Amino acid sequence: MQSFASAQAGAAAPAATPRRSLLDVVELALPKLVLGPTLLISLIFVYGFILWTGWLSFTESRMLPRYEFAGLLQYISLFGNERWWVAVRNLAVFGGLFIFICMAFGLLMAILLDQRIRAEGFLRSIYLYPMALSFIVTGTAWKWILNPGLGFERLVQQLGFSGFTFDWLVNPQMSIYTVVIAGAWQSSGFVMALFLAGLRGIDESIIKAAQVDGASMPRIYWSIIVPSLRPVFFSAFIILAHIAIKSFDLVMALTGGGPGFSSDLPATFMYAFGFTRNQIGLGAASAVMMMMTVAAVVVPLMYSELRRERRG
Amino acid sequence: MADREQARVAGSHVVGRLVIYALLVLLALYYLMPLFVMLSTSVKTLDDIRGGNLIALPAQVTFEAWAKAWSSACTGVACGGLRGNFWNSVTFVVPAVLISTFIGAFNGYVLTMWRFRGSDAIFTLLMIGCFIPFQVVLLPMAQTLGVLGIANSTPGLIFVHVVYGLAFTTLFFRNFYVSVPDELAKAARIDGAGFFRIFWRIILPLSPPIIVVCIIWQFTQIWNDFLFGVVFSSGERQPITVALNNLANTSTGVKEYNVDMAAAIIAALPTLFVYVVAGKYFVRGLTAGAVKG
Amino acid sequence: MSSLAVKNVRKVFGNVEVLKDIDLAIGSGEFLILVGPSGCGKSTLLSIIAGLDTATSGDIVIGDRTVNNLSPKDRDIAMVFQSYALYPNMSVRQNISFGLEMRRMPQHQQDEIVDRVAKILQMGHLLDRKPSQLSGGQRQRVAMGRAIARDPQLFLFDEPLSNLDAKLRVEMRMEIKLLHERLKATIVYVTHDQIEAMTLGSKIAVMHGGEIRQFGSPQEIYDQPADLFVASFIGSPSMNFIRTEVVEHLGSVGVRLQTAEETFVLPVHDAEKALRPWIGRDLILGIRPELITDSASSQHFGRNVHTRNCKVELVEPTGPDTLVFIRINGEIACCRVRPELAGAANESMDLAFNLSKAVFFDPQTEKRIA
Repeated sequence: MQSFASAQAGAAAPAATPRRSLLDVVELALPKLVLGPTLLISLIFVYGFILWTGWLSFTESRMLPRYEFAGLLQYISLFGNERWWVAVRNLAVFGGLFIFICMAFGLLMAILLDQRIRAEGFLRSIYLYPMALSFIVTGTAWKWILNPGLGFERLVQQLGFSGFTFDWLVNPQMSIYTVVIAGAWQSSGFVMALFLAGLRGIDESIIKAAQVDGASMPRIYWSIIVPSLRPVFFSAFIILAHIAIKSFDLVMALTGGGPGFSSDLPATFMYAFGFTRNQIGLGAASAVMMMMTVAAVVVPLMYSELRRERRG
Repeated sequence: MADREQARVAGSHVVGRLVIYALLVLLALYYLMPLFVMLSTSVKTLDDIRGGNLIALPAQVTFEAWAKAWSSACTGVACGGLRGNFWNSVTFVVPAVLISTFIGAFNGYVLTMWRFRGSDAIFTLLMIGCFIPFQVVLLPMAQTLGVLGIANSTPGLIFVHVVYGLAFTTLFFRNFYVSVPDELAKAARIDGAGFFRIFWRIILPLSPPIIVVCIIWQFTQIWNDFLFGVVFSSGERQPITVALNNLANTSTGVKEYNVDMAAAIIAALPTLFVYVVAGKYFVRGLTAGAVKG
Repeated sequence: MSSLAVKNVRKVFGNVEVLKDIDLAIGSGEFLILVGPSGCGKSTLLSIIAGLDTATSGDIVIGDRTVNNLSPKDRDIAMVFQSYALYPNMSVRQNISFGLEMRRMPQHQQDEIVDRVAKILQMGHLLDRKPSQLSGGQRQRVAMGRAIARDPQLFLFDEPLSNLDAKLRVEMRMEIKLLHERLKATIVYVTHDQIEAMTLGSKIAVMHGGEIRQFGSPQEIYDQPADLFVASFIGSPSMNFIRTEVVEHLGSVGVRLQTAEETFVLPVHDAEKALRPWIGRDLILGIRPELITDSASSQHFGRNVHTRNCKVELVEPTGPDTLVFIRINGEIACCRVRPELAGAANESMDLAFNLSKAVFFDPQTEKRIA
């Protein structure tokens, strides 16, 4: 057979060690060169900016940023700000309800859809389409639906319940709950998709074994299937918590934070003070607080779940 | 005896199925309701709206509200409708999606087939960045865009969306390429192919499924974004989401609910269209990101 | 075709020494097998020879070139992977010619080579199919075709038959062997299957824990394993290991064996010199199942045959012979006998022990004494 061996240098002296060519050196560095920009971007625009905002939160910045260290004055101001506490309380209320309702609806829909339903794909796409919408669109739509006077209230009245009122949208006590309604409508389909994928991943034979043992379907769901969805609960919780803490678009479109600031959330607070009201330092402090909240929720959970995985 | 028992069990089985279907249909109606309301309201006249209720069908269908929403509604200072903002969105969304997908693909490729010491740490660093609330980068970014001279501009928005979209696109491609056997890259190296050749001739041809998922996901996220739009642009440069919010929240004059609804649908159309046409990729995007996250 | 030398190669991953001072050399046209259990380092060594991985220290010499700093594509090698690694989006023809294309070979030359290779491996009718349309055996052939087309100095095989079913494996083994004879290729072949090792190789390196335990021809390794590990790894059913005492016997040495019925001493003339120092001490006797057999089959053993009557504990018919299990020195030993002469369980039968090929191991160091 003819030899088509590539003519490489080194055939001169026996057992000579050919030096690496320049091309080879570049080739070896390529992976790092490719990943480099992304790493740089992450370091600067994520981590660097976090530090920058943190620094700003320790300064007196108002309309323009100032960088002299000024201690905790912004945080003191923040914690003395009534609007901030309303926002925090709203986050707790909204977050808790939003997560709970999305999980409950999501799990229910997933279990129902798992029952070998005809037109399952069709129904699934109906439950999921809200995720394709912007929160602004959702907010605008629900703002109309919950319109006091012409929306839901009028509808129920025209159906015969003439004394019915539904003014949550303009009621300072109830405005945050409208955000819950709209938010849950948008996001529960997503949770359903997660749970459905989780249900489909469960080993059939375990269920069959339970059936042979005589357990009824509801019992099987409660004692076997739902507990084995633990990782999905975990994922869904983290993502929903993340969405809740970041919620800005929905509030802006649905209530604008109002009436007054009764449906404010930390994200809208930050925008208002950091950008509209020229209080950069205070805005930065509120952003840092939001960041800490996310960390406080996500970090312990990930840690405990990772530990569980390692042990299990 | 046994027959009656069987019939009873079968009967309760049927009742059970009916209940399940009833619940599913009820839920479906609940999810479709806002869409229906938006559509029907957008084609009613204002009188019709004021006289009727949410679910009443329009007395007569008119597309005036749509025309107004598109070209003459007031979105803040200007009153040129959503048309300009629609195109604003297009001009920054498309490049941002393409660029972030492109970079994400290379990142995923490197992270799975050309690993080096520290590459996994870089990946973790990148992923943690997914979790931050964007509020914490807004102020510095606003400053930076100003310094770079791209504040309130299309390049500025493209820049921001690419920077903060990289983590997700990298995640998608990395998770996908992890399931491609690395012996493929090894065989290609022995055959004499280099870094780019292997990507172009072997890996990329395998990638259409994940490219589609990534593009759809990014398109939806970036088109629907409001936060970056409202902070980093103003006036005529604003994306359609910001314009829609301004439109629906104007406090001057008569509230034109039909225009509001038409505007909302216009803003929603592109992502809804993508969803209808390529829904299953959308779902894959959701679960792909979430399962790992 | 060229020779291959691995000189003092060491590989460290983190704090684990995956390869400890590997040293071996084969000449042109030889078929080297790297065999051992998983984790022994054989695949790592192959990767290092290929250039996909770098050694922490040591040299790889292919022919007359030290190739440590050369990337895989410059080492003039070809590799066949366990999972075949065929490019899924390309046809068989394109798969085979990809390496040639990377070397900017003119198209007509590429076609010529592809056709030649297809003829050798009888794949002409598959050339336009995609890998997903091929069976496992066909894919394996394409992978080999891709390697052959490159006409390299060295062929590397990484457990290529592990993904095939038993019958196909036997067929493909033959094909690989035929290819070797035909091409006179220098081959390094990694496997965990000792049957493949024995049937294919001209030289075998048995590896364990990052070291080469023994390097030699198949028959050498089979008849004179260097230590307990090699002895137990090669050969199926495995060699019998019996702990026994060396005793003075009729002016020579012997080993004391005890069955259910009797205790007796078997003389071991051939190993007398090596075993004298061991008189009075325990060592491990290694004797392969085919060396304890029925009287008829032992005719050709020669003078070192001693027949004893033993009680059969268990019988396992395998078809060509029957495995009879007896108890010696408290351990179960496996014996190969002709099916028609085998006794039944709990019966006794005459068994002939051939000690001329028996081997003896130091119980402490596990190395072979004689």
